[in-house]
Amino acid sequence: MTDTTHSFSRPFGISLRTVMPWLVATIVLLLLPFVFSANSTITVMNQMAITIIFALAYNMLLGQGGMLSFGHAVFMGIGGVFAVHVMSYVEVFGAPLPLPLLPIFGGIAGLIFACIIGSFSTRQAGTVFAMISLGVGELIAACSLIFVAFFGGETGVSADRTYGLPVFGVEFLRQSEVYYLIAGWLLLSVLLMYLYTRTPMGRMANAVRDNPERAEFLGYSARWVRFYSFIFSGFFAGIAGGLFALNYEIMTTENMSLVQSGKILLITFLGGMGFFVGPIIGAIVFTLLTTVLSRYTELGALYIGTIFVLTVMYCPRGLAGLLMMHEPAYRLGKLRLLLAPYLKLVIPGTVAVLGSAAVFEMLFHVRHATPGQHEMGLFGITFDSHSPFAWVIAIGGTLAAMVITRKLIPQINDAWHDANTVEGGAK
Amino acid sequence: MDLILVNLIDGLVTGLLLFMLSAGLTLIFSMMGVLNFAHASFYMLGAYFGYQISQYMGFWMALLFAPIIVGIFGAGVERYGLRRVHQHGHVAELIFTFGLALLIEEAVQFFWGKSQVPFMVPEALDFALFSISGNAIPAYKIFMIFIAIGIFAGLLYVLTKTRIGMIIQAALSFPRTVEALGHNVPLIFMCVFGVGTALAAVAGVIAGPVLGTFPGMAFVLGSIVFVTIVIGGLGSLWGALFASLLIGWMTTFAASYNVGLAEILTAIGISKPVDMANSPWRDFWQITLSQIGPILPYLLMVLTLIFRPHGLFRKGGL
Amino acid sequence: MNKTKTGVLGALTALMLSTSASVADTVKIAFIDPLSGPFAATGENAFHLFQYAVDAVVNDQGGVLDGDTFEIVGLDNKISATETLIHLQTAIDDGVRYIVQGQSSGVAAALIDAINKHNRRNPDQQVLFLNYAAIDPALTNEACSFWHFSFDANSDLKMDALTDVIAENPDLTSAYLINQDYSFGRAVAASATSMLADKRPDITIAGDEVHPIGQVKDFTPYARKIVSSGADFVITGAWGADMYGLGTSLIANGFTGPIYTYYAAASGITAGFGEAGKGSLFILAEGQTNPPASEEAEQYVAGFKEAFPGENFTLARTSNVIRMLAAAINEAGTATDVVAVANALEGLEIENPFGGTLYMRPDNHQVIQDVHVMAHTDDGVTNSLDGSPYGLLVSDSVVAAGRDSATTCEMDRP
Repeated sequence: MTDTTHSFSRPFGISLRTVMPWLVATIVLLLLPFVFSANSTITVMNQMAITIIFALAYNMLLGQGGMLSFGHAVFMGIGGVFAVHVMSYVEVFGAPLPLPLLPIFGGIAGLIFACIIGSFSTRQAGTVFAMISLGVGELIAACSLIFVAFFGGETGVSADRTYGLPVFGVEFLRQSEVYYLIAGWLLLSVLLMYLYTRTPMGRMANAVRDNPERAEFLGYSARWVRFYSFIFSGFFAGIAGGLFALNYEIMTTENMSLVQSGKILLITFLGGMGFFVGPIIGAIVFTLLTTVLSRYTELGALYIGTIFVLTVMYCPRGLAGLLMMHEPAYRLGKLRLLLAPYLKLVIPGTVAVLGSAAVFEMLFHVRHATPGQHEMGLFGITFDSHSPFAWVIAIGGTLAAMVITRKLIPQINDAWHDANTVEGGAK
Repeated sequence: MDLILVNLIDGLVTGLLLFMLSAGLTLIFSMMGVLNFAHASFYMLGAYFGYQISQYMGFWMALLFAPIIVGIFGAGVERYGLRRVHQHGHVAELIFTFGLALLIEEAVQFFWGKSQVPFMVPEALDFALFSISGNAIPAYKIFMIFIAIGIFAGLLYVLTKTRIGMIIQAALSFPRTVEALGHNVPLIFMCVFGVGTALAAVAGVIAGPVLGTFPGMAFVLGSIVFVTIVIGGLGSLWGALFASLLIGWMTTFAASYNVGLAEILTAIGISKPVDMANSPWRDFWQITLSQIGPILPYLLMVLTLIFRPHGLFRKGGL
Repeated sequence: MNKTKTGVLGALTALMLSTSASVADTVKIAFIDPLSGPFAATGENAFHLFQYAVDAVVNDQGGVLDGDTFEIVGLDNKISATETLIHLQTAIDDGVRYIVQGQSSGVAAALIDAINKHNRRNPDQQVLFLNYAAIDPALTNEACSFWHFSFDANSDLKMDALTDVIAENPDLTSAYLINQDYSFGRAVAASATSMLADKRPDITIAGDEVHPIGQVKDFTPYARKIVSSGADFVITGAWGADMYGLGTSLIANGFTGPIYTYYAAASGITAGFGEAGKGSLFILAEGQTNPPASEEAEQYVAGFKEAFPGENFTLARTSNVIRMLAAAINEAGTATDVVAVANALEGLEIENPFGGTLYMRPDNHQVIQDVHVMAHTDDGVTNSLDGSPYGLLVSDSVVAAGRDSATTCEMDRP
């Protein structure tokens, strides 16, 4: 486990440097809908924002608290279902609740439920915690089909967000209005979760993760520290659930399933669980990847599985880890030394990746396309998937690109060494 | 009474099948400390390889060769995948097996398609051996029982009576010491992983024809195998056997008897809500035992972990 | 698999650019169903059937209106409600005004709900939902919608037909109902109980139970219970691996009576049962192919098998969806004003090459058609399934099943 926090300086000191990222984030979030104005793109961005909150909440457990959970989707699910019930209560009884406050109800439901589960599951960390979370996850997922009155069975529960009180004349009819609401909650939640890592409580969670005995000697109960991490994580997962309910206006049993819990684990790991920004990167990349892949290929799950296995094997600190590797070079002001070798790598690397994908696509086409259907389209080119010529180009090109990529690796290593040592690259 | 006997036999079959999976998994866990999420995927691979081989060489050759192929593949996964990931800690290992499970499922769909494949019971065993008051007991089930018992006896013998078994057991608890004594511990780990996955493949070959061979078969069984080894106590072979049989019988009997929660509620003096359609408690009155049967193992696991965190058959913590 | 595949760069630009306004001469139809995951086989087969139907029924016949052609776009929802809603949004942005979906009534209900909201909030982008397979009766009763049209006979109509057939058979005296534990399974059980009581009060219900959906690894205990209950026939609405597991367990454990099912065919199930299912398995469905109902139907099936060799021809109603939609568009004189098309669809009655007529009930948007009881057999089968010699042979038919059945639908019309 790597440390989550890098700079221990001035936990609450406010300076331009600490405020800058937040200002930039706010401006970017404000401007995004003007750049991407299609409703479907906004839907994807909403999905991304919700996943970011959920992944960060999950990382409160995994990255900061060292607790591996297989059933965290349950808290998001319950938060969302509760929020839907609140929404329909507003719809039916006309309760005076402005819609933007709805996610709080989700959060509270997540918190309360986390208190119940956490009361016994956080007594131990490690495998016991992991297996209890798996068991609870399966139980709740099964209960969501049995207790129809609350969970709505397989059709789920749904409500209409537009029946709430209009806020300053906004009725949340349009996707972009919902986007700003979600973006606001995103900023707020991320800020709160970031501040949490700076509190003594957040620090103690790290201490308990790394060495529970020592933490106990300092006078902290490891169990209570785990419990607090757990319920805060449940709270933010519930917020994410509330936002999900608000965005889609429906919660179904799939939101609570083991698949969802596994997905958030993968996202967090892909982004890098050792860094605060890790889950954010993971959520953005994963959402983009699935959206793009599901649009253009049927082998999306195969690629995603491959990416995960490769990430675990070659870059276990995740994408954020990959970025953070460059910090020493950045501090030495030598990042530019890496630029040229990286640029050289871009073309052969891209060709190698796309080429391997092309080989898979062609293999899949030959095996599973309608017999007689030889014509396939790939990267905008239409060709005959059975012609040896196409195969030679695909396999040959891929292999050549791989060989070139491999040849370039010593150069990268040299440049890396130069960039990360004070005297390197001076000549 | 007769039905109870029939249920006992059916539960035994389910339990022993589960045991063949959990035996390998529990050995792998105690060896490497990693929950192998892909274990049920090796079971699925066993079924698919078994199907493919049986197309050309018949069922018996499939039963022989499919586990060998899967075992070699499993050993390769340990050697070139897990061992590399091991240095990054348990979470990384777990995610690796998680990703592997995903990949295997996709690969199976890639090669065999998304539908069920017609993997059939061999004709030599496709008859009812005997019947108990109208309930036929297929010969194949009895065959499954014997295979499973044979595997258990074999494992027990190897682990406790042979030199190799002793070294494995020692390597499980004190890998450094065993290494210092001149044994090749990584090789032992690789072999145990290979044997564990081969056992899962045996289960796959013999379960494929009765439970269906389809790409979702690993997912259906995946988490229940964990539950089994956790209840039994991680690393305990007897525990795995006990928990497998317990779960086998529990799910069988739960499915066989329609005890409703309504009867229990009435018995303890709670009256049925008059307006069933709108009562928030209506679902409690509809729950039956067979409905919640499949989730009973999870409930049992959570309770076990709360009250006896090291499982039923293991001393000391996890 | 004719999906166009473009590079990642193309994908990113596609994400950035908002594609708007449909092309004037193409009527886009979005097919939102599982194309990957455990239910992909069924979804993919249905998609191919639609692809064929679009060409054979509309495009090769000169199109609709002034030569406008149909285009069907496949979108993979992984049988998830969330993914479905995302795809719905994407499809609408791409100018799609007609959605077809069918796998899972849960997803269908979510889609109806979402489309109701969308059409109310975006009167200039309204869409119609043509449901080809989700048959939970709620969808055309309490949850009905003006924007939704159901092209398969809902489970009540099918049960009505089945109980008509059972009522004629004096040998059947004791029923066992076993269904998956969710709204559709429960609806099947409820309608079977009430209709049997109505038509054959002497039939006893030996058992009526639900099992967890997709969770049961071994159906043997259920099969034992059914055998020892003394029931002489079984009714089940189970599908997928559950159907296969239940059916094989029943047969292997000595159950000899008829098993009446909704979904025990294709996707490997027919081949899996093989000889064992002969004489035991019966399926309730529309769309007669064995023996062929008409020459046109025979040619249609042959044409499909030529276009997609090795694939199953089931779901004859996929052609009905396209046929009725084309007729309604021609009648309304427009493909973009979906309210006019919906009004034209209501009460539309056309000939069905697969036997009988198709009539869209205006009060609940349920297609009324002939429903058949089909036997799993290899005798006299021309349209066989799963590459095996087995197929579905019509044994009993109910003409225009449930044409005057009651409905609780109260529709909000625009």
